Parts: sequence; structure tokens; C-alpha cells
Amino acid sequence: MPAPLLSLHGVTKRYGPVLANDAVDLDVAAGSIHAVLGENGAGKSTLMKLIAGVERPDAGRIEWDGAPVAPSSPAQAQRMGVGIVFQHFALFETLSVVQNVALVIPGRQADLARRIRDTGDRFGLPVNPDAMVHRLSVGERQRVEIIRCLMLDPRLLILDEPTSVLPPQAIPPLFDTLRGMRDRGMALLFISHKLGEIRDLCDTATILRGGRVVDRVDPRDRTPTELAQAMIGRDMPPRVRAVPRMPGTVRLSLEGVTWDNPDPFGTSLSDVSLGVRSGEVVGIAGISGNGQAEMAAILSGEVTLDRADAVTLMGRPAGRTGAADRRRAGLAFVPEDRLGRGAVPDMSLSDNTLLTAHGHGLTWRGFLRHARERAMTSAIIANNDVRTPSAATEAGALSGGNLQKFVMGREIALAPDVLVVAQPTWGVDVAAAAAIRARLIALRDAGCAVLVISEEIEELFEICDRMHVLHHGRLSPSLTTADVTPTDVGRHMIGAA
Amino acid sequence: MVRLMRRDRASRSAMVAAPLLALGAAVLVSLILFAALGKPAGVALHALLIRPFASWYSFSEVLLKAAPLMLIAQGLAIGFRANVFNIGAEGQFVMGAVAASALPVLGGDPSGPWVMPLMLGAGMAGGLAWAGLAAFARDRFGASEILVTLMQSLIAVQVLNYLLLGPWKDPRGFNFPVSVMFPDAALLPILLPGTRTNVLLVFALLASVLAWVLMRHRLTGFQLLVGGLAPGAARYAGIAPRRAVWLSLGLGGLAAGLAGAGEVMGPLGQLQRSVAAGYGYAAIVVAYVGGLNPLGIVVAAVAISAVYIGGDAATVSAGLPVPAVEVFQGLLLAFYLVAFVLVRYRIARMPGPATRAATPRRGGRPRTFDGPVPSAADGGP
Amino acid sequence: MTILAFVFAGILAASLPLLLAALGEMVVEKTGLLNLGIEGMMALGAAVGFVAVYLTGSHVLGLAGGALAAALLSLAFAGMVLGARANQVAAGLAVGVLGLGLSALFGASYESFTVSGLPKLAVPALSDLPVLGGLFRQDVLVWAAIPGVVVLWWVLERTKAGLVIRAVGENADAARAIGYDVVLIRAGAVAFGGAMAGLGGAYASTVLTPLWAEGMIAGRGWIALALVVFGTWRTGRVTLGALLFGTLVLGGLAAQAAGARVPSQLLASLPYLVTIVMLCILSAGRRRA
Repeated sequence: MPAPLLSLHGVTKRYGPVLANDAVDLDVAAGSIHAVLGENGAGKSTLMKLIAGVERPDAGRIEWDGAPVAPSSPAQAQRMGVGIVFQHFALFETLSVVQNVALVIPGRQADLARRIRDTGDRFGLPVNPDAMVHRLSVGERQRVEIIRCLMLDPRLLILDEPTSVLPPQAIPPLFDTLRGMRDRGMALLFISHKLGEIRDLCDTATILRGGRVVDRVDPRDRTPTELAQAMIGRDMPPRVRAVPRMPGTVRLSLEGVTWDNPDPFGTSLSDVSLGVRSGEVVGIAGISGNGQAEMAAILSGEVTLDRADAVTLMGRPAGRTGAADRRRAGLAFVPEDRLGRGAVPDMSLSDNTLLTAHGHGLTWRGFLRHARERAMTSAIIANNDVRTPSAATEAGALSGGNLQKFVMGREIALAPDVLVVAQPTWGVDVAAAAAIRARLIALRDAGCAVLVISEEIEELFEICDRMHVLHHGRLSPSLTTADVTPTDVGRHMIGAA
Repeated sequence: MVRLMRRDRASRSAMVAAPLLALGAAVLVSLILFAALGKPAGVALHALLIRPFASWYSFSEVLLKAAPLMLIAQGLAIGFRANVFNIGAEGQFVMGAVAASALPVLGGDPSGPWVMPLMLGAGMAGGLAWAGLAAFARDRFGASEILVTLMQSLIAVQVLNYLLLGPWKDPRGFNFPVSVMFPDAALLPILLPGTRTNVLLVFALLASVLAWVLMRHRLTGFQLLVGGLAPGAARYAGIAPRRAVWLSLGLGGLAAGLAGAGEVMGPLGQLQRSVAAGYGYAAIVVAYVGGLNPLGIVVAAVAISAVYIGGDAATVSAGLPVPAVEVFQGLLLAFYLVAFVLVRYRIARMPGPATRAATPRRGGRPRTFDGPVPSAADGGP
Repeated sequence: MTILAFVFAGILAASLPLLLAALGEMVVEKTGLLNLGIEGMMALGAAVGFVAVYLTGSHVLGLAGGALAAALLSLAFAGMVLGARANQVAAGLAVGVLGLGLSALFGASYESFTVSGLPKLAVPALSDLPVLGGLFRQDVLVWAAIPGVVVLWWVLERTKAGLVIRAVGENADAARAIGYDVVLIRAGAVAFGGAMAGLGGAYASTVLTPLWAEGMIAGRGWIALALVVFGTWRTGRVTLGALLFGTLVLGGLAAQAAGARVPSQLLASLPYLVTIVMLCILSAGRRRA
């Protein structure tokens, strides 16, 4: 076996009390696709940042071509031959594709445009160099990001959860492209928590759990169950199977909502109609950026409409009603961005409870009842397994997954009649995700009307009675979960149905 | 190398230490500066830090000046915490003074117990109306309150000049730009016999208590804080941003207007051009160095006031130029903002040679003047 | 001289301090920062520039000294915001207070002193035109500013440096991820903005009205901030706005000289009033768009 291109020995990285990477060893060979497998919080992202020079390890050493290196900036790692395709792309929306490339690659823009086309042709990644990035779909943006990396002739390409933004149909072509790169002798580091994809694509897998390497395997030799066990350290939690039940009256509905987004980089909605009844979970599938954020803001009341009857909440027209009044009418909402929206980063968890729960006995004639606030917060922390030193800890100091559990728990604690949730399990580990899904089902069974907006199709199939697909600001007809397959949903996601 | 690590929660000891560190650094740099200008640094230091507290009378003068600073700063701090940056308290102060003066100037020689409350009320109304214009411009048109209130301050000074050089000039004032002297019924009662310290200090302390209740114990205050710390979270929770604009500017204008009335009804005893002596700007420094905290502001108001009194003394004893006080205030604020980093961050040692010095705490949307341009670090004190 | 001729002759010079400060701040804001301390930086530039010209007689030294002093002051802003992560508004105000104080301190013993300005360089033939002629008799800085504005536009719109500035302003995290030193780029922009404000201040105190008086900047730093908003971060529009304000100030002076029966305080307030009205109109327009 040839010497590895990149090798890590005992690499350790600590953030405060958290050991994000604990003595990690990793060898990546040229001409191979190496998976780093682990669930949320296992340390995958940290490891990538260390290789990319975004962060520096506290201990251990990194070797490149057998020689020790210490990349101290992304630029230095780039010069070494490391390219990264970020999960949240490092692209600039107000610039064109060729301008985005020009920021990284020297050269005249006309020459760069030609090289972008050439590279695209060679790797099967078509893109228009003159297009403005904000007009591109998420899949096209990913192509731009990959092409930009490839134009630097990297010897190692790191891909961070690259399939999370793609519809199912777009994944096989991406994999063909990646295999092509491998066959040209590049090394690829594929970071993912999706077992099927790793078995499909990768020749080696390093499994991380709690910041440590727990196993090194050939994923093609293992069953998904074995990989999952290695990843989470025990059996997969059983899938929640929602028992079909008879839904009640419509509690939340949109009637022909057409909304022109004033943000030139946002998505407008056209003729969106849907209804959520008491005792059912309705899912909104689709890739983010197709109007999910806009739809959530219209449902929550953060954006109000001109027409009152465009939104109906608990039988009353609510289109012109603000977020506070909708909450008073029984709505609760978990937004997709928890930090800065669902929670105030610089405030304690107690004060973050107050943010939306003040109508639930936490005030008396406008005066705050601090003791009740703390008690309710402690209950939310205990009931939702939020890992935090105390209720006085600031929200911004919590990990993404823990904050998600807190915000989710707070909104459920409001005992809502209607719950709208965007990306309910984003950033939480497998066990916590199962617990959250179970709570959503329990809410449904208690008669709540639940609307879930999620990018994870598997998740929607697990908990939803019905679902719609949002694509380019338009909503598909209602699909009954029991009657459709993920491929059917995928067709709607690319507008092919 | 070092880098900053976010604390779990704001450090209380650092909150106390930050202004003290800033004070030490500001004193040190000022002394170096004064010495470089050829002034006796030791004498200046003594005058600045010791003299204000050396006699009962000079301390009473400190309290006299502290009252308007405290009052204005309490009003401003509420807005600053809500991300509504009223930096035109000077204008609201001047308009408060003008409005309060209307009665004695235009009303002949008023007397009776109703004169004083009427004038104080007029002062508050004047400050409120002046700030209300900025609130309207921001709420209705989205015009930056930073620029509007500042422009208004420059205009207010011109209004003052116009009145004192024209219609409101004392006909028996030897052509000086001053109004008539106010009658006794228009002067605030003296609080400490034998000094000039008047009841405005009581109003200022009362306002401090009210500010504390509002920001710590009222839902409204909490919602103002949310709007300042995370506008996205405020929208999410249905907290109306326009309410924060009106409330912040309104309270700031009320407080500044009352302070302005107190100035003409107290130490000045008439409307003069020197009423625009920069209290409104100094109060911004007081608000920040006081940590935007009601109790901290009480302490900071006394401290900054002492710097004024000490600065006066130093111009005599050490030949210090008058603007030295302003320089000292600027240094104090700058060092405070640097020291404040310790409240939210720990300084940690980093292995290895190079590091990224400072990364903005979080991405997210920025605050320029409602512009399209994203910004770096928001937050801080 | 007719009023119109007077206005044409002075418009460019009267606009120059505003223009320099506003263009500098525009670059700062393009990288995603907001430095409110322009008034203080202009004042410091004016004081240092004046003292240097008074002592050495050299305008080169005066203008360079003013620019350098203000650039150093602006780096204090950069240190507070980029290093200590301080609130930008507060840091800008601190720089403003400090600059005003330092300018008064340095200028204290020069109050009402004068220096000689710079000679006007005339374009042959054109400068003899009636009414418009004055437009073609300007000092060297005004002549230099014309290509200067074009160069700045070209750098911002047509070069990679301009692209990097826009990228940092739009998404600092992404710019860092693709290998740019965001802190360094922002600090550089802040220093540039400071130098431009200082140059504008020094020009005001040593060329435009070559005398020192405390408070002589008189809100021009704040108007420059407003100009960046009016100009929607575009070089051409900011330049146009600066010229409009220069005209306005000059027109007020001319009206006064012509004996208009308007209180002088109203004329002095005019730029501030117009700023407020323009802010309302333009902000409302942007909000609707």
C-alpha cells in the first residue's frame, strides 16, 4: 500500500470543557474515497476544520506526503493542495459565478469563465459562469463550489455532508463525478452520517463517536445496522411508527397565499394553500431555499399579509395578525435558526424561556416573576435532556443540538393547539432526534395540529400523516404518506412531477 | 498567542473590573499626554482625582453636575440596550431648557407654586417633542435615528442662538445673549444648604430606580433588551420594533428635557448659550462606562462629573487646557470598550505561532444605517 | 462677482472635505463596518494639519500629517471593534469624542490663527468664461480629486481588490473560509477611511478656510456619514451628493452676502435640515423598494 497523502496522528482539539477531537488517527490515500462517519456532535466538523487550517490542534501532528505540516490558515491549506466543499457554501450571493471564482483563482475573468466551462464539462458539472449566484439553485451552487475547488487542482477534496442539499435524483450523478475524481488519483474525504451513501461510494470509513475514532472499516463489507451501531455505540432507537388516527377540525390553513418577497435574494410564494387539522402531522418536504423560510415566517406571523383570510388560525382569519397575537391564539413555532431567532444568544436560558412563555403565568401585571421563570426553565431542561451547567447559562454557550432541544422543549411546554416546526432534529444526535420525533407524535395524539418543515425525507416519512413538497415557492398537492415513496416526493422536489 | 473564548455567562466581577481598569488606563495615558504637553502631570492628577472630593463644597458641585448627567444617561441607556441610538440628547436637553424658559421669558414675572411644575413639565415636553421627531422619522420613513438626532442637536443650538440673539434677549441685558433672570418661583429648591446642589439630584436618583425597575422587573424592559440583543428573536416573539423606537427615544427625550429644565432653573437661573455645554454628549460616555446599568450609571455620573470639576481645577492649578477633560472622557470610553471584552470572553492561551486574532462573534445581519452592507461584531456592551 | 459666479467658483472646494470623508467611510462600510467617528477624525486631521502648516509652512506636510493622525485614530476604532469585539456604535462615538478633544487640545494655542492657502491653478481660456470661469480656477487638491474619484471607482468596481472588499462585506465567514484575512482587510479599510477623513479635515483648515477655530468641522463628519447613505454605497452617487451639499452651503453664504432677510441661524441649520429631509425621503424610498 502506498504512503498516505494525509495522515493525522493523535490529533486533539478541546473547546472549553468539551473534547471535540480526542487523539484522532486518520490516513487518507490518494485515489480513494475515505468516509468520516459519525452522528451530530461526534467531532466530524472539528476534524475538517483542523485539516483545512481553520482551527489548530491542541496536540498531535498532521503529515502531508509524509512530512509534518501545521496549516495555520485556510489559505495555507489551500496552497498545500486541500480543497473544501462547505456544507454551507462559501459563496457570495451578490457576485456572479466567475467573480466568486476570481476571489480564489488568479486570472482574467474572461479566461476564468472559459476554464469554468472546461472544468464543468470534464467533471459533468455544468454551470453558467456569468449567472449571479443568488439566482442559482442549491444544487447549482454546490457545483460552483466544487468547480472552484477543482480549479485549484487539489490533491485532497473534502466534502462536508454534500448530499444534504440535494434531491434524491441528483445524488447518483454527484457520486459519478466524485468517482471520476478518484480515478484521476485524487483523494476524497467524504463527511456524512448517511450510511447508505457511504456504503455506496466509499472504500474506507473512519467512524467517530464522542470525538474518538471507534472503528476503521471497509463500509462495503458491513451492513447498515453494523455501521449504525458503531456510529452511535448501541442499537438504533426503534423508529416511531405513528398509528393512523382520525384527524379533527382544521386549525391552521393557508388559502391561496401569493407573496412577493421584497428581498431580491429571497423566494416568492405563489398560490400556496394547505390545511392542518387537529390530530395530524403534516410535512413540508423540499430543499431549503425553495420558500421554506418565507412560508414559516408567514405562518408564524413574523411576516403579515394584506389579506386577513389568507391565513386561518383556530377558525379565525389571522393573515394580518402579528406573531404575539398568534401565539396568544394557541400557536407555537420552532424556527430553523435557533441562535438569534428562536433564542437570544446573550441571554440566560431562563430569560429565553420568558421570550415566548411570558403569557403562561410568568408575569403579574407586567412585572416579571423570576422564580417561576427559573422553575419552568429547570423543568424544560430536565424534560428534554438539555445538557447545560444551569438555567443561568447563556443560550449562546450551548451546543447547537442542546439549544435545539431547549427551544423545542420550550415550545412544546406551551401546550400549543398548533405547532409549526422547521428542521426539528437539525444538529441533534440520533437518540435525541428519536425522542423529539416521539414527542411530536405524542402532541399529535393529544390533539395538536403539527406542521413539520424538514429537509430530511426519511424523517417526514416517519412522522407525517400527509405531506406537501415546496419547490420554487409553489406547493405540491397533498400526498398521503402511506401511498407514496421517497422517489415520488423527490420528483416533486425537482419540479418533475 | 492568545485568543478569546466565550464565557458561559457574563462575568460579574469583570463588569466591576472593566470600568476600573479603564479608569486606570485613561489616567495613565492622560498623564503621559499632559507631560508631553509640558504640563505638570502630578499637579494635574491631584486636581483631577483628589480635589473634587477634597472639600464639602467641591463635592456638592460634583453632585450638582452629576444630576443632569445621571438623568440623561439613564434615559439614553434604555435606548442603547434596545439598539436605538439616540446620540442627540444634547439637542433634547437644549430644547428642554428652551421650553422651560418660555414661561418666565414670555409670561412676565410669574409667581406661585404652579410655576415650577409647569416649567419642569414644559422642559420634559420640549425634550420629548424634539426626540419624538426623530422617532417619527425612524418609524415612518426608516431614517437612521443616529444621524437625525445628531443633526437635530446642531439645529437646537442654532434655535437657542436665534432666540438669545433675537426675540428672547433680555432688553436690559447690555446686549448680552442671555434671557431675563428667572424669578424665585422658577428656581429649583436647594437640597443641601450652603451649596448649589438642588432637587434635580432627587429626580435623577428616582429616575435611576425607575430605570432599574423597568429593565430588571418589567416585561416591557425585557422586551426592549431582546430587541437590542437579537432583533430576529424579537420578531420571532412578536415584539414590535416600533414600540422600542418610540419608547427609547421618548424616555430619552423626557429625561434630557427634564435635565435641561433643571439646568436653567438651577445653576444658570436664566437661559444662556452655555446651557449647550455638552452634557448630552458626556451622558453617552456616562451611559456606556456605567455598563448601561442603572446602578453603574449612578456611579459613573458622579465619576465623570468629578472629572469636570477636577478639570476646572486643573486648568487653574496645572494650566491644563479646557479640552483636556474631553480627551480624558474619550480615553475612558475607549479603554472601557476594550476592557469590556473580559465580561463576555476569557483570554485563553493558544498553542502554536499564528492565530486568527478576532473573529466576529457571530455572522448574522449587521447594523449599518439600514444599508445592504453586512457588518462584523455587534453586541458588546 | 455675481452670486452664480461665486457659487461656481467655490462649489468644488467646498464639497471636497465632505467628499473625501464620505468616500473613505463608504469603503469602510463596504467591508461591513460602520465608523461613526468621522467628525472626530476630521477635526483631528484639521488641527494637526493646521499646526503642521503653521509651523513648517508646508502644505504637503500638513495634509499628510492630518491624514496620518486621523488614520492612527481610526486604528483605535479598528482595535476596539476587531480586537476587543466592542459595539461599533459605541466605539465610533469614542473615537469621535477623542478626536474632537484631541483637536481642541492641540489647537488650543492656535485659536483664530491663520495660514496662507494654496494657489489656484487655472485652465487657460476656460477660466476666462463669464459666470462659469471660476469653475476652472481651482487648487491642486481639487484638480487631483477628479482623477482620484475615477480611480477609486475603478478600483472598487473593476479590480480584484474591489471584489474582495465586497466579498468581505457581504459574508465575512465565507471570505475567511476561502482564505482571506478578514480582520486585516477591515483594518486596512478603516485606516483608509481615517486617512481620507483626516485629509478632508486638513484641507478644510489649511486650504478651504485657512484658519483654525475649535469646532470648525461643524457637523461635516456627520453629514459625510449621511452622504454614504444617500449615495447607496456607490462612488458616483456619493460624489454627486457631496457636490449638492457643497452647493447648498455655498448658496447659503451667497444668499447671506446678498443680504437676504433670513436669520443667519436658519442658513446655518440648512445643511442639517436638508440632511434630515433627505434621510427621510431616501430611507422611505429604499424601504418601499
